This record gives sequence, C-alpha cells and structure tokens, in this order.
Amino acid sequence: MNRFRGFVRKEFHHIFRDKQTLLILFGMPIAQMLIFGFVISNEIRNVGIAVFDQSHDAVTQKITDKILSSGYFLLEYDIHSQNEIGQAFRGGKVKEVIIFAPEFARNLEKTGTANVQIIADASDANLANLITIYTTGIIQDYINKSNAQHSMPMQIVTEVRMLYNEQMKGVFLFVPGIMALILVLISAQMTSISIAREKEMGTMEVLLVSPLKPIQIIIGKVVPYVLLSFINAVTILLLGYFVFGVPVHGSVVLLLAECMLYILLALSLGILISSVTNNQLVAMMISAMALMLPVILLSGFIFPIENMPKILQWLCALMPPKYFITIIKNIMLKNTGLLYVWKETLILCGFTVLFILLSVKKFKIRLE
Amino acid sequence: MISILAEQIGKSYQHIHALENVSFQVGKGELFGFIGPDGSGKTTLFRILTTLIVPDSGSVTVENLDVLKEYKKLRTMLGYMPGKFSLYPDLTVEENLEFYASIFDTTIQENYHLIRDIYVQIEPFKNRLAGKLSGGMKQKLALSCAMIHKPTVLVLDEPTTGVDAVSRVEFWEMLKKLKSEGVTIVVSTPYMEEAGLCDRVALMQFGKIMKIAPPQQVIDEYRRNLFSVKAENTYKLIEDLQRFPETGSAFPFGQSVHFTPKSPAFFPQMLIDFLLQNDHQNPDVHSIEPGIEDCFMELMTESPDAGDLSKI
Repeated sequence: MNRFRGFVRKEFHHIFRDKQTLLILFGMPIAQMLIFGFVISNEIRNVGIAVFDQSHDAVTQKITDKILSSGYFLLEYDIHSQNEIGQAFRGGKVKEVIIFAPEFARNLEKTGTANVQIIADASDANLANLITIYTTGIIQDYINKSNAQHSMPMQIVTEVRMLYNEQMKGVFLFVPGIMALILVLISAQMTSISIAREKEMGTMEVLLVSPLKPIQIIIGKVVPYVLLSFINAVTILLLGYFVFGVPVHGSVVLLLAECMLYILLALSLGILISSVTNNQLVAMMISAMALMLPVILLSGFIFPIENMPKILQWLCALMPPKYFITIIKNIMLKNTGLLYVWKETLILCGFTVLFILLSVKKFKIRLE
Repeated sequence: MISILAEQIGKSYQHIHALENVSFQVGKGELFGFIGPDGSGKTTLFRILTTLIVPDSGSVTVENLDVLKEYKKLRTMLGYMPGKFSLYPDLTVEENLEFYASIFDTTIQENYHLIRDIYVQIEPFKNRLAGKLSGGMKQKLALSCAMIHKPTVLVLDEPTTGVDAVSRVEFWEMLKKLKSEGVTIVVSTPYMEEAGLCDRVALMQFGKIMKIAPPQQVIDEYRRNLFSVKAENTYKLIEDLQRFPETGSAFPFGQSVHFTPKSPAFFPQMLIDFLLQNDHQNPDVHSIEPGIEDCFMELMTESPDAGDLSKI
C-alpha cells in the first residue's frame, strides 16, 4: 500500500508541475463547451433574403412584412429584374430570394391560386432546407388566417409539441455530446501520454526493476486522472445548467455515477493505447485521431445514427460514447432511472472490463 | 560466495549478435567492471542481469535466483542505474529519492546511512528540480536512488559518462565505500582509467568477453615493449609510423603516439633516425609502462573480428 501511495503522490506532482497541461486539462472543457454551445446551433436568426416583387400589391406587401417581422429573416435587397437574382446570391449575403408572380393579389382573388417562388442558396444544404421550411410555413400561416372567415370545406389542424426540449435548443444535444467527447479525450490522452513518457524517458526501466506490480503501476497512473476528469464532468454540467439552461431532470447521483463509469472506460482505453506505443507523440496522435473523429461522427453526437447506412450503424454500436450519450440524455432530459438505461450501463461496464483486462495482459513486465 | 553466475549467454537482435557466449562469475561484495567501446554489448548484458530482457540462450542467476523464473523476488534485491538519465526531471531531488524509497517500501530515514556520503553533497539542492542539476549531481542522485533500498546487487550502466573528472573520482570513492558494506557492484565504463579501480575487469568487444582478470594482471600480461613517441606534427607522425617497417602497432594517445615494435630487437634510436629522415622536428621516443588502454588496444587488434575495424 505504501508503494502505491508513493506512486500516486508522484503522479500528482507530475500533473501539478506541468502548468500548460493543467491549463489544457481544465481550460479545454470550458472553451469547448462555450464554443459548441454558442457557435453551433440549428436555429436560424437574421438570415439575409431578397424579395423580387413583380406585383406590388397589398397582399404581397403583407406577406413580405410578415416574413420580415418573424425575426428569422433580414431584407438585404429589393430586386427588380430577373438578372439581379443571380447577382444577389453571388454577393453572399443573400441566402434566399422570394419571388412573387405578377398580378398576385388579383389571381388570388379570381382563381384562388397565386404563385410565389422561393429560391434558396443550397451550398449550405441544411440552412437552405431550414429557411425554405420557415418561409413556406409563414406564407401558409398567412393564407390560413386570411381564409378564416371563409370556412374551408375540410381542415386538419396539426399541433406539434417538442417533448423534452420545447424550444428545440441545440445545446441540449451538445452538452451530453461534449461530455462524451471531452471526457474520453482528456482521460485517454492524458493517461496514454503519461505512460508513454515513462517509457520514453527511461524511467519505466527503473520502475520495472522494482517490486511494483503491473496493476499497481496502471492503477497508480489512473487514480489522479479519475479525480481530474470527474471535476471536468461536473464543470461541464454546471456550465450547461447555469450558462445554457440545460436542466438535470433525473437523479444527479445516477448521472455522476454514469460519468464515473465512462471516465474509467476512457482511462482504461488510454492505458491500452499506451501499451501499443513507446512514444508520447504517437500516443497523442492515436488518442486524438482514433478517438476524436469517431466520437464526433459516430456517436450520434451530431449526426443521427438512425439515418446512417447499416454498416456504419454497426460501427456505431462499437463506440462507447454512443451509449454514454444515450444514458446522459435520458437521465438529464427525460428523468429516467437506471431501469431504462441499465442495458447501456452494462455495455459500458463490459467495455471497461475488457480494456482493463487487455491492458494488464499487454503490459510488458520486461523491456521487449 | 558467488553473487552473479552467467553461463553462455547469447542474444541477437535480428541479424546482429549483441552477445555471444558470454560467461562470467562475480563474487559477493566484488567490484566488477565491464570495459568496452560503445556497442560492445554492455547495456544488453546489464539488462539481462536486471531481468529486463530475456537472453536467447544461456542461463543467469543473481544471488541464486534465476533472472527468468524468479524475477519478482530478484527485483526486490536489485539496484539498477540505467545508462540513460532515469530520474523524473519535474520532481525535486528529495521527491525523486522519496519516490524510489517508497516503491521499495522503505523510507529515506531508514537507509539514510547508506547514501549519506553521496547525498550530503546534493542535499543543499534537495528542493531543486532534478532536471536542473548538473551532470555530476544527476549521477549522484541517480546512484542514491538506486541504493536507497539497500540492494544486495548494484548494477550501474556507465554511471560516469558525461561526468566531469572531479566528480568521477568522487563517484568511484563512493563505490569503494559501498563495496566495503558488502554490496556486489557491477559497473560498466568506457573510460579505461576507471578500470584500474575495479577488483576485476572484463574486456568486451563485439558482444564477447575477451579477457577477465584483475586490472593489474591485465597490464602485467602485456607482452610487448611499449614506447611513447612524440613529434611536433602528430598527424604526419602517425602516417609516417605506418610506413615504418618495424611498426607493430601505433595508436594516438593524447598528445603522443603509443608504439609497439614488431621484434624485440628494436631500439629507440632506429625510430628517431627514421623520423629525422622524414623531416620531423625534435622527435622523442621513450619506453613507458603499459596501461589498461594499451592492453585493450592490443586485444582488439588480436581478436579475429578486429579485421572488420579496418574495413570500416
């Protein structure tokens, strides 16, 4: 026990002496949280549009006003000819052009139909999709309201409610995602680098020629990072709660326990990485490359897994962060208990045990 | 009493024979030196002794423990100082020592008497980071760390490489003191003058032991006359010596050249005349006592592999 305590004390010295790493360790979660939370969002606001009104009557004016007063759109130009449409898009500020056909109001009055064309800049496909939906929605709304006095023969009213995230805030999705990303990055990277450093500096040689057992070296490396990563997890949750208003509806204890489990998993992965390499740089590259992209792309963090091709879905099933994100979302937003996430929890446990067993087995008791 | 017994050790890396048929014995409390140039296999041998690598063939026991099967027990008794600086540069002197004491389940206080002589010299800097120490102090700290758990056998891989002359002398003083405590010490060094301070030395080259003997005996067995030759232009001197028909060997040695004649019939005036003919100013030739280095040079030229050297 004395040996172990000495080893852990040494690890803490390493961590706290290295001010730069310490800054990254605690600064990165906060920075990433703020960046993801503020920058990446699916909500649209003040998108530049242009209007080509060939009719100039009371109806087109009302519709235009309604669109512009929604807060989603900002009028950049009034367009007066067909040629100007391309010009407006090329300028870059305009993402959508709304064209009202000539004699709009009269046609609407006489025939009951009138044409409005919406052209969107689809070089950003997601945005184009969103803004056209918003625009047609607003126009539809106008028609429905002005038709209120004439009763329609048949009408279906759909009422939509966004459960668990009423305002459709992107940050609700990002908090669990960022937690999954940061915890795995920091934990795996830090442990793998710290073990690789011992090998690179030659101190591992002396550690091996000592009565320390492999498991003592491994756990000794892990203990400090368990604490630090846990602090990170709490920091992210607090930031989410106080800055972005992400609620924690479920049990905080369960949430933290799941975080702890995930941290252990990430740490054991880091040890496994370090058993493959003797080099700090390689350890860093592996943990950055091999972890970051899959976590971002294949965990359901940004892109929904359900929409992926089958092969990628199977690949996703091998990504521990996927399960963690599911668990966290369930606990935080839906207030579900362990009863609903026990399967995912069990899978995470399985991964952890597997990684630890592999790394103890792969730990070299000699130099070669 | 035998402390280390190595029999027919062989080890190769791909096609390179790092060690070939290496056998030797080290007695308890002996100060045993391995002398040889870089790449002669010393570090590989030491790593085998310290259970760090597995030999391809042969057997090694240290303190009657097999380095393969009983490595766990052996690792509690060994003190090892690798050739590479192996302390934590971001820990202070005292923290390094404390750490190494703790992983052997002991404390600095418990074994302070063992390291006192060395440690008092670096104790004034005990709050300095180990990475900021000078070369000599680093080695003293590394030795303290290797000894803090009172090892039975101490293995030191080139402990004085890169250390200034004064510290080197001090370092060997410490080794002698340790030896008097009954610790078996195996040490390697590329410095020939340090060989004379060992009880016995093994001369190594190309992964083989060429000779094991007390240093004085190595010198006594030197069979030839040895002369120190000096002239103003040392470079030209070596060139001319190679053309001199009586030359057995000629190695630069500091400012002079160590010269051995082919036949016992040689007398210095022959060489002086030859050098004067070749436009050398004030040539000086006089007989000297051989040192370990001369013996080593001789063994190197004698060994069959030495032919390879000239090819390089």
